[in-house]
Amino acid sequence: MNTLNTLNTVNIAKRKERIDRAIKARCNDIYTLLSLKEISYVIAPKLCLILFIFIFPLLKAILGYYWERVFYITCLIAILAISWELLSYVGLVSLGQAFVFGTGAYISGIFNINFHIPVPFSILLASGFGALICTLILFPASKIKGIYFAMITLCIPMFFSKVIEATEIFGGTSGISGISPIGNYYVEMYFPALVLIGAFFCLRRLMSTDFGLLIIGIKDNEFSLMSSGINIYKIKFFVIFLSSALGCFSGACMCHYYQFVGISAFSLDYSIIPLACSILGGIDGFSGSLIGAFVVCPLSEMLRGFGTLRIVIYSVLLIMFILLVPEGIFSYISRKYHQIERWKEI
Amino acid sequence: MWSLLLIYGLINSAIILLQTIGFGLTFSISGIANFSYGALYILSGIITWLFLNYGFSLAISIVISILITSLGGFFIYWLVIYRIKGMPLSEVIITFSLGVAIIEFLRWKGFVTYEFNVSPILKGSIFIGNVPVDLQRVIIFFSAFLLLVALYLFSHYTKIGLALRGLSQNEQTALCFGINTELLSSVSVMLGAGICALSANLILPLGIISMDSGYDVLLVAIAVTVVGGLGSSTGLLLASLIFGYIQTATTIFLSSKWMMVIYLFSIIAVLMIKPSGILGRFKEIEERI
Repeated sequence: MNTLNTLNTVNIAKRKERIDRAIKARCNDIYTLLSLKEISYVIAPKLCLILFIFIFPLLKAILGYYWERVFYITCLIAILAISWELLSYVGLVSLGQAFVFGTGAYISGIFNINFHIPVPFSILLASGFGALICTLILFPASKIKGIYFAMITLCIPMFFSKVIEATEIFGGTSGISGISPIGNYYVEMYFPALVLIGAFFCLRRLMSTDFGLLIIGIKDNEFSLMSSGINIYKIKFFVIFLSSALGCFSGACMCHYYQFVGISAFSLDYSIIPLACSILGGIDGFSGSLIGAFVVCPLSEMLRGFGTLRIVIYSVLLIMFILLVPEGIFSYISRKYHQIERWKEI
Repeated sequence: MWSLLLIYGLINSAIILLQTIGFGLTFSISGIANFSYGALYILSGIITWLFLNYGFSLAISIVISILITSLGGFFIYWLVIYRIKGMPLSEVIITFSLGVAIIEFLRWKGFVTYEFNVSPILKGSIFIGNVPVDLQRVIIFFSAFLLLVALYLFSHYTKIGLALRGLSQNEQTALCFGINTELLSSVSVMLGAGICALSANLILPLGIISMDSGYDVLLVAIAVTVVGGLGSSTGLLLASLIFGYIQTATTIFLSSKWMMVIYLFSIIAVLMIKPSGILGRFKEIEERI
């Protein structure tokens, strides 16, 4: 038996073959859905996500307040990760998502404390104004590509935190405290959750439109788009604005949740975590970022007891994933869902 | 006041040059932005401290620390960077997270209090005119000068140095001439790490080893490399002089907390206006549309 096995491996080489499931082939075109099974095959993953996000806040009595808090933070980080992903769609890989996050947090805090704007409106206003400010700062940098853009974005949040530290505006190092919370538990939980679901599905839909094709085209080859007579800077402006709005929303929600905003909002954590989410989940699609966030954030909460070792574990995970699983978790899962694998003799 | 500015400006320029030169060297030779540079800087300081505590003499500890850090650079290349070479952003992300991992690990291990310092090579101070300068700073100044001379000689008159220059000019052509570019890239990372360790051992005795200075060193290195112009050694020298004098002037006339603001502002401004730096000529077409 043993010799046979060896013979098998030596003489008859095998390779793994991946074939689409029959149901996938049938469901590729939406008009051919015939049975309930096929419909559920198409809808199930999306429905699972939506149901999970809607039901989780209702389970407060069973799971306790702690996990609801983790869920809330996960939603916000997922939004931040999606905003990172959107920016990377136009070829701008940012190492400083903390800038967008911190801007949103500070503006919402200032609106709430100094102008006495009630909470949900301050979040929405902060998303708009913050996005405008971030776009004005990031847009000039968008002409620069690759590693240079990464360097700029790495420096911008550091710059702002040092400016706040040096000039002592906005409360300096002690930050702004006493920001009013959202109050109602259900509003607090469902507000970011709904925005997350909305942003996720809308952006997915956006990417399959003609305009989305242009966005993807920028990442692939800017020059060919320009030579087709398309103003890529208009598109880049729009994408940066959208991405900043999402990031600012996430920051604004976080500042009302903690009822505090300080220079920690510009800290490296908020740059690294969305990056980690996207890379863990897979960087070619919003689903990857979403799944990554739902893996990374609970993990990071569980690791909170380790202190700064948490960041070490993150970083090592990031390195391992880039080196060993560059496709990410999402590609793995979707492969298992859509395809069968079998060994084939060659 | 003005003599203070003149002398300390020059010394600070030397410090900045020492801190930067390893990063700039690696970047200009093989195009690898080694973002774990600040972590290597701190790590080599900690290694020296550890060996000093085991009872080794200062000179031996410094040599060991330089050797270990260079070896670290070598392994970083072959274990991490080599697998993802050609994808600059992955390189940045991966080396940066490696650096964060090292620094935060050291912080977690508790290397954060004031007892962690490397002793200076020579204690005492001298007067230049009427300005007191401690001997360690004098050593730093002369070693920066010597390092520049040595690197010039190394890159112009040795076989490896010439090969490294070839690699920096054009990788494909270098490969055609039988230069092992992969090996030399790893040598460039190793050289950068070694110089980083040397500068750490010279500069860290001026203060204590604080983990945040790891990030600051990385920032300074990026700032000077970017402002000076990528791949331009004259630009590196010029930018270190500019930053050294700006740093001294801000410390004397304003307060030291403005220093980082100016660094960061200059990086952002230069990258936005002229990404290839003051004297950089390369890559102008590639990086901008």
